[in-house]
Amino acid sequence: MEAEFIVRAGQFLGAGLCIGLGAIGAALGEGYTGGMANISISRRPAMAPTYTRTMLVAQAVAETSAIFALMVSVLLLFTDLSRWGVCQWAAAIGAGLSMGLGAFGSGIGAGLPGGQAIWGLSRQPQTSSHMTTTMLVSQAICQTPAIFSLVVAFLLIFKNASGYPLWPYSASFLAAGLAMGLGAIGSGWGGGMTGGACCEGFARQPRLRSQLMTMNLVGQAVAQTPAIFALLVAIMLVVGGKTEGDILTVATTLGAGLAIGFGAIGSGLGNGANAKGACEAVTINSGTSKDMMTFMLVGQAIGQTPVIFALVVSLMLIFLPFGGMPANLVGFSALVGAGLSVGIAGIGSGYGNGINGASACRGVALAPAERGSMLTLMLVGQAVAQTPAIFGLLVAFILMFKAQAGPVTLSAAMALLSAGLCMGFGGLGPGVGNGFTGAAACEAAGHRPDQRGLIMRTMLVAQAVAQSTAIYALVIAFVLIFVI
Amino acid sequence: MENISGADLVRAAAFIGAGLAMGLGAIGPGMGEGFAGGKACEAIGRNPDEAGLLTRTMLVAQAVSESTGIYSLVVALLLIFVV
Repeated sequence: MEAEFIVRAGQFLGAGLCIGLGAIGAALGEGYTGGMANISISRRPAMAPTYTRTMLVAQAVAETSAIFALMVSVLLLFTDLSRWGVCQWAAAIGAGLSMGLGAFGSGIGAGLPGGQAIWGLSRQPQTSSHMTTTMLVSQAICQTPAIFSLVVAFLLIFKNASGYPLWPYSASFLAAGLAMGLGAIGSGWGGGMTGGACCEGFARQPRLRSQLMTMNLVGQAVAQTPAIFALLVAIMLVVGGKTEGDILTVATTLGAGLAIGFGAIGSGLGNGANAKGACEAVTINSGTSKDMMTFMLVGQAIGQTPVIFALVVSLMLIFLPFGGMPANLVGFSALVGAGLSVGIAGIGSGYGNGINGASACRGVALAPAERGSMLTLMLVGQAVAQTPAIFGLLVAFILMFKAQAGPVTLSAAMALLSAGLCMGFGGLGPGVGNGFTGAAACEAAGHRPDQRGLIMRTMLVAQAVAQSTAIYALVIAFVLIFVI
Repeated sequence: MENISGADLVRAAAFIGAGLAMGLGAIGPGMGEGFAGGKACEAIGRNPDEAGLLTRTMLVAQAVSESTGIYSLVVALLLIFVV
């Protein structure tokens, strides 16, 4: 088939994915803002014009990410990319995935400060101009991942790959799109949670404006890190993508993109949720704002671990030689499975650690004298919630480094891919569930510091039970790897 | 690898099915049990005197929630070893 047709097919598929996925987030975020505007108007009908105006401003910002997606989509429809090589089919799909998925988190995220700001105006009408500024700053930061996604989409579309053979370079384009698109979701959404809590806190306690804004900016900056990791890997994949190689080169490239893309979702969401808790805690008890900054940063650092696991696996896949791996479907499945395992399992642990850290912040606000024991409780809870991500990393390492000596059959290959999927998805639920439990334990200990021993014991029993399904998934993954 | 036999295709599908069964099947119990555990901690924080009763109720609820995870485990093992 002629290159021109392959590339054009890719462009149309990419255009559809781009605006289809890209339209979801902004619409959800705008709907939330609109809903909160109406609740506020029902409270103070006389202020309807002000609230409507603020709503429209907030929605316009949230719309930005969808407009980016529309722009990329139209560009894909009407530009002839085939002059830059046959690999451009993958660049078009990658650009669609990058911008479409990337617009999702920022769209939802930008709606949250919008809704909370209008709600805040109905609570404290005199804060009007400051509230709008707080809202716009928060929204602007959570738009960052969408801008990264736009940059990667342009990088893919305008990369001159003429003269490159179809494979393995096409995989670099696809993987870069997946890495940036998936990697932007968590940071955009998580940043929005933080911004919303900042606006809400400002409405409750207008005198805490600068403290809340500092917490908001630092918290959102940390929550942005996973998207930056994803951006780095995406750029590395496009600029340094291998132009010659075998099926294993394709596998390492795709595995690297999937690992960092999925792996960034949980940490981005979790870091945002953690900073949201810190903003709420400052609002409850402003005297503890210095402690709160420490708690938030420690919690976020631990919540960052799953994305760092994913980054490590991603870079290993890109840079290590993997000479012992057979260059066939078995080797391909093992390497892609490794990326899926560490990436998807990290989603649950990242988010779980974040909500746990958020509740520890609120617990300190309730009982500031008990901050030492609260830190212990938070760290124990987070350590347990980290286990599924560690299982994911373990399975990824085994898949990458186990010598694949058996027969080359379709079933042997699928067993390895399936092991990665099993441990990845299997780690998702227990990570989030352990986070719920740890979070509730921190809050309960904040209310009743005298009962912290009993609460910690209950937390550990509950977390052990919730961990069991992750252990089942690990067992099945091992059976698929070693017994089959 | 060039000519995939029917039996090999069936085994491949069974392995993918096993991985998806256990992987996806673990999401719900993990989250549900965690939620139940969290509420137990909250409840004990409010009323520590009833800790025994609350922990017992939590474990019963989690055991029920665990059942779907065990179904997934059984189906995954069946797919791997029996089918």
